[in-house]
Amino acid sequence: MTDRQGTSKKKTAKPKAAGQKKTSKKCEPLSMGADWTFDLIQQYDEELARIAKEFRLDTYPSQIEVISSEQMLDAYASVGMPLMYNHWSFGKHFLGNHQRYQSGKMGLAYEIVINSNPCIAYLMEENTMAMQILVLAHASYGHNSFFKGNYLFRTWTDAESIIDYLMFAKSYIAKCEERYGIEAVEEILDACHALMNQGVNRYKRPRPLSAGEEEERQTERAEYIQRTLNDIWTTIPTQEKAVEETDERFPEDPEENILYFIEKNAPLLETWQRELVRIVRKVAQYFYPQRQTQVMNEGWASFWHYTLMHSLYDEGLIGDGYMLEFLHSHTSVVYQPEFDDPRFSGINPYTLGFKMFMDIKRICEQPDEEDRRWFPDLAGTDWLDAVHYAMESFKDESFILQYLSPKVMRDLHLFCIMDNEKNAYLEVEAIHDDSGYQQVREALAAQYNLGNREPNIQVYNVNVKGDRSLTLRHFMHQNRPLDESANEIVKYVHRLWKFDVRLESVDGDSVRKTIACPDSPERAMLELTK
Amino acid sequence: MSMIIDRRLNGKNKSTVNRQRFMNRYRKHIKKAVSDAVNKRSITDVESGSSITIPKRDLSEPVFNHGSGGQHQRVMPGNKEFIAGDRIKRPPSGSGNGGSGQGQASNQGEGMDEFTFNINHDEFLEFMFDGLALPNMREKQQQDMMEFKTHQAGFSTNGPPDRLNIIQSLRGAHARRIALSGGTRREIRQLKRELREMEVQPGAMDNERAEHLREQLKELNSKLKKLPFIDDIDLRYNNFVKVPRPSNKAVVFCVMDVSGSMTQEIKDMAKRFFILLYLFLQRSYEQIEVVFIRHHTSAKEVNEEDFFYSRETGGTIVSSALEMTRDIITKRYSPSDWNIYVAQASDGDNWEGDSSVCSKMLVNGLMPLVQYFSYVEITDRQHQNLWREYESIQDSHPETFAMEQIKSVADIYPVFRRLFEKKEA
Repeated sequence: MTDRQGTSKKKTAKPKAAGQKKTSKKCEPLSMGADWTFDLIQQYDEELARIAKEFRLDTYPSQIEVISSEQMLDAYASVGMPLMYNHWSFGKHFLGNHQRYQSGKMGLAYEIVINSNPCIAYLMEENTMAMQILVLAHASYGHNSFFKGNYLFRTWTDAESIIDYLMFAKSYIAKCEERYGIEAVEEILDACHALMNQGVNRYKRPRPLSAGEEEERQTERAEYIQRTLNDIWTTIPTQEKAVEETDERFPEDPEENILYFIEKNAPLLETWQRELVRIVRKVAQYFYPQRQTQVMNEGWASFWHYTLMHSLYDEGLIGDGYMLEFLHSHTSVVYQPEFDDPRFSGINPYTLGFKMFMDIKRICEQPDEEDRRWFPDLAGTDWLDAVHYAMESFKDESFILQYLSPKVMRDLHLFCIMDNEKNAYLEVEAIHDDSGYQQVREALAAQYNLGNREPNIQVYNVNVKGDRSLTLRHFMHQNRPLDESANEIVKYVHRLWKFDVRLESVDGDSVRKTIACPDSPERAMLELTK
Repeated sequence: MSMIIDRRLNGKNKSTVNRQRFMNRYRKHIKKAVSDAVNKRSITDVESGSSITIPKRDLSEPVFNHGSGGQHQRVMPGNKEFIAGDRIKRPPSGSGNGGSGQGQASNQGEGMDEFTFNINHDEFLEFMFDGLALPNMREKQQQDMMEFKTHQAGFSTNGPPDRLNIIQSLRGAHARRIALSGGTRREIRQLKRELREMEVQPGAMDNERAEHLREQLKELNSKLKKLPFIDDIDLRYNNFVKVPRPSNKAVVFCVMDVSGSMTQEIKDMAKRFFILLYLFLQRSYEQIEVVFIRHHTSAKEVNEEDFFYSRETGGTIVSSALEMTRDIITKRYSPSDWNIYVAQASDGDNWEGDSSVCSKMLVNGLMPLVQYFSYVEITDRQHQNLWREYESIQDSHPETFAMEQIKSVADIYPVFRRLFEKKEA
């Protein structure tokens, strides 16, 4: 949860619970002051666990670590993981964050939570007691249950082994640095990082791994790859026959996981270099579900910190002071600047997710005529079943397509515009009205489809029998071209592949643009003759 | 059940390695930024750290992204007056936000073309003095400028009581007791076993024998008791050895002309130069003393304030200052204990007849004493007479004498670098 400084001008209406249930107070608040202690955290955690159980939140055991703001900056730099291999880019992020934090341009997150078993949550020592409770509810119960319950995390990541695996990766990379030099390792890692988003399997489920197995398997794999590699690249005896079969491509079907393809097939990579490619690929795969469930994950966690805090308040375990502080923070977190606001930087996933989960609850409990029309299966059912089902079975794209209600669209004043380069103007295609709901919903869902958001680039062909050149294809989505960084990345691919690399942007069957490295065949020839 | 762990005491500098990697990778950029900063900064500010700015494109981590163009549908919040079918003027590119809310990667420093971060004082100096070396250090070290430092080296069997090492002593005593009592205790065990066997087998009881055994046991036990708990030979003392090491002391003589021809501007430049020198030496020596000598027709040792800010007029006799430097060295700073550096700044004016005296004084009196003599002439005019005189000294002492000309503020740092550049042997 990021601390969005200065975004709290707009206060949402105070929740009903605040006034209503005062009479049913059973206990004295456990604490009133701003300072936290380990005892209090423990006590509140027990209470939260009890309430969470009543709401059927199934979580990994949580490990709560109290850290200082410097340590939080450290954690930021290594993508939140408790341990990570060393790379200059993490240093760069650290320096950037540090600078902005010190100059007051950035607030730190109240917490970071890691999808592992046990689920590790970092609390900052600077937080007040009220904030610590909020963070516990958000991270240790909200995010934690999402990690354990959502189908993407269940299929794609293995919470049991990620820490082990990172340990293996870190020591392996350190060993490589010792042996081959930091620069040689960085060269490979830089290239792999550029291709990280193209290093995930979108459809094929990976096998779970543990560090011990991984180390064992790594040696076997090394031998196996070198052997099969030779099979692909033996050209000598079948040379003449091969020339005739030019239609056949390798790989037969385009391969979406470029890093995987390079790891298995790059002709000149050394064994340790392949292993580095693999490590980056594994890390990318681990984060893939996170990128696909931003709205749901944050929405779910916000929904539960909101619900749990109110339960605590209803039972009298926290007082008015804590509640007001919580509400202040909550409203800043779920604040959505409007499109013409200078602070606007896209749709706030906290807002959208929180509103949608709250709306599911509303539809279940107090459906109106419109809801019955739009959500006949949902209206009037048990809200707890409904939100659990939604959390478990969707990702952002399908979640929005399934559950974004007209009411949420109206509340957020969502509208959809079309930017077509052929026109000099932008066109408003649909707004939050009866004729537009469906279209806005579909457009927003599509916006969260990673397949649309990121360029679709796949390995198309390798000239196996000839110059070993690699052809990547960018299948254009709605005619959108790649931005300039593509040139750089093609150079990185060339660094890994070591023979000619071409990247073709295709629209249908026609090639629109080609980026090659080395730049042109003539130059390559020149380099050869030198 | 949650586990709560206090991690605040764990190291907080987990990112140090990565930070270092980053700095190494962009060494060239940082060095350039540092040298710009040195030239731009006010004089009193050289001591603090600095913020370093590097153009963003030089350190990009590219990923595939959609560029502008094609058809692009976006959903935005906060509609006020639009209805379906409205046409809006396209906002100028760049200001349009990437509506898809791509999260962190795009939020970070959007719209900033430069990457800025802070380095601390030490790092700043490291980059500032990177590739520079103190001239003639090695020769000096081989000579007699030795100082001693004591540090612990194991244990000895004798020494003063205050160095007694209790753990080692008791450990030794324990070992001695085990070693010396081993035989006796073995015997005791044997006798005891015999006695016990006798007691459990009533038939084999031999009173006389038993009595004898008890006697023997008693004797052995008393023998054991006589073994001293701690003995003189057990005592161990912390042992210290003296290790010779090079002297860490240096003295810098700042010599400046304050005659009428030196304007405040020239003195500022001189001051910058002196400060650079001071900072540089500070990195190599633990203890530095600075002696300020200013001169017009006569020389005077002054404090820092007077040195830089008081104004005097009159002619210029450089040799007076050199003479004074030599006198102070012989009186207070013996070359066997001190590394001696002299830095002279002047606009180059000197009384016509004095220049040859200066060079004689340098060659015969000063040069044998000092580690390094650097002369900067701060003037945008032609070289003055002192320069020509010094040229001959530079020829005869290429190792220990250097001179450069500073024409403007921007020259100071480059000139400084030239004077102290690491020289290939």
